[in-house]
Amino acid sequence: MTVLRVIAPGAATTVQASGRNGWRHVGVARGGALDPAQVVLANHMVGNAHDLAVLEIALSGPTLTFESAIRIALCGASIDAAFDTGNGMQHIVPNGRPVTLPAGRLKLGAIRHGLRTWLAIAGGIDVPPVLGSRGTDLRGGFGGLQGRVLRVDDALRLGQRSRLDTDAPRHPPWWVSLDAEPANARPFRIVPSQEAVATRLSQHAWRIDPRSDRQGLRLSGESLQIPACEQLSAPVAPGTIQLPPDGQPIVLLADAQTVGGYPRLGFVIAADLPRMAQLRAGDTLRFEPVDAIEAEQLRRRRKSELARALLAVDARVQSG
Amino acid sequence: MTAGRRERLADDAWLLHLGADTPPIDDATNACVHQVARSIREAAPDWLRDLVPAYASLAVFFDPDAVDASTVARWLDAKLADVSATSVDTPSRCIEIPVAYGGAFGEDLDACASELGMSPDALIERHAAATYTVAMIGFAPGFPYLSGLDPALALPRLATPRTRVPAGSVAIGGAQTGLYPRESPGGWRLIGRTPIRMFDPKRTSPSLLSPGDCVRFVVIDTDKFAQLEREA
Repeated sequence: MTVLRVIAPGAATTVQASGRNGWRHVGVARGGALDPAQVVLANHMVGNAHDLAVLEIALSGPTLTFESAIRIALCGASIDAAFDTGNGMQHIVPNGRPVTLPAGRLKLGAIRHGLRTWLAIAGGIDVPPVLGSRGTDLRGGFGGLQGRVLRVDDALRLGQRSRLDTDAPRHPPWWVSLDAEPANARPFRIVPSQEAVATRLSQHAWRIDPRSDRQGLRLSGESLQIPACEQLSAPVAPGTIQLPPDGQPIVLLADAQTVGGYPRLGFVIAADLPRMAQLRAGDTLRFEPVDAIEAEQLRRRRKSELARALLAVDARVQSG
Repeated sequence: MTAGRRERLADDAWLLHLGADTPPIDDATNACVHQVARSIREAAPDWLRDLVPAYASLAVFFDPDAVDASTVARWLDAKLADVSATSVDTPSRCIEIPVAYGGAFGEDLDACASELGMSPDALIERHAAATYTVAMIGFAPGFPYLSGLDPALALPRLATPRTRVPAGSVAIGGAQTGLYPRESPGGWRLIGRTPIRMFDPKRTSPSLLSPGDCVRFVVIDTDKFAQLEREA
C-alpha cells in the first residue's frame, strides 16, 4: 500500500473534498475545498472519482516522500514543484496536467500569482468520510486527517488505484486550467441586501486584511457605518458579507459558521466566490452588484466552463 | 402566525424572517420558527439540502442544480400559509442533561452568585429548576443557545473572553444559557459542567440536541460525574 510521508507540512495544508450538506442546523459548517471545481479538475486528471480527498495547499506546499510510483495533478494557483529521485537529480513538476512520478521525494514550494493550489493523487487520500465529506473541519476538529492541518511525520495512505510503473517522471506536453487570470483582475459580483449601506460596497476598493482565513476574508477600506442596532443571530452562508461594528466588511468562506449576529450586506455570488480563495493579504478587490437571476446565469456558465475543461482533459488523454 | 418576509441569503438559499430581527428574543416567534422547520423537514422535498432555524428566522438551502430558486420560493410561501392555517403544536423532544455545578466544574459560580445577590445553592436550584428550549444551534458544532433562563440569573459576558473553556461547560451569557460541546475560547460565565458528550461526529446523530428540543438540567455530584464520564 502506498503511503506518502510528510517531511515538511507547508504553511497550512489540509485534506479537503466536497463540502458537507445536511448538518448546518446543528452548527456544522459546509467546509470543503474553497474552490471545488479545481478539486474536480485535479481528480479528473488523475482518473479519480470527483469527490475523493485531495490536499488543499495555501501559500507554500508540503514535502512528501513515497516508496512506490504515484500519479498527481496540481490545479489552482501556480506552485513551484520539484521531484527528487534521491541521486541529486531534480525535475521540475509542471502544473495543470497528470504527472507520473517514481518513488522519491516531491517538494512543493511557493505558490505564485494566487494563494491556493489543490493536489490530487491517483487513488485519493484514504480518509473516511465524516458527516458525508472527507474534508477537514478545522474548527470542529473532525474530518480529513484528524480534523487538523498537516504536520511533520504524518502518513497519508492512498485509496485503491491501478498499479503504476515508471522509472522517471512522465508528463504530457499539454495542460488544462480553469480561471487562469489573476483573481482580482475582474470585480467580484455581489447580490446586495436591503441594507442601505450595501450600495456603498461597490463604490470603493477593498484590501484583504492579514487576519483572513478559510472562515472569512476580512476587508479593510472605507468604514461603512450603520446606525447602532443590536441584532438577533440569524443564519449565514458561505458568501455572506457581514458588517461588524468597526465598519469593515467580512466575506464568509467555506468554513463559515452557521449563524451570525452582524448585519448582512448581501452575498458574493457562487460563480465568483471560489476566486476569493486566491486573494492574499494586501491584495485589493472591487465589487460589482448583480441581481439573483444574473447570478444564477453566471453560476451555470462557470459550471459549463468546468465541464469544458473536463472534456478537454479527456480529449487530450485519448489522443495521447 | 404571521407570513414572513423572504430574502435571498445565497445562490442556493432563502432566508425566511418570521418576526423582528432585533432583541429581545421572542419565545413565541422562535416556537413558530421550529414549527415551520418541522413542517418543511417532514415534507422533505428532494431539493432540500439544509434547514437552519435561528431565533426569528430560518434558512432553507436547496440544490440549485435540481430546482429553480423561484420554484423553491413559491413552495415556501405555500408552506408558510399552510402552517399558519393549521398551527398544530407538535410536542418537542425533552432531553435531560446531568450537570455538576460549581468548584472546578464551574469556576465562575461563586462570583456569579454574589453578583446576583444570592447563595451559590440558590443559583444552582434556580438554574436546574427551569425547562429550556434549544432556540438555535451555532457558534460551534452542537453549541445550543437555550432560551428559558430565569431572568433573575441573567449576567453580562466576560469583558475578556477565556482562551480555553473546558468541553461540557454549562454557562450563562446575557439572558441565555448554553453548553460548550468542545474545548474552545468563550466569553460566557461558567457555572457547571456535564460529562455527556454534546457533539460527536462519529455518532449517527452527532448532536445530542436539535433545534426546538426541550432541555432540563439534573444536578449531579462529583462521584456521579466521574461515573458518567467513564461511561461516555
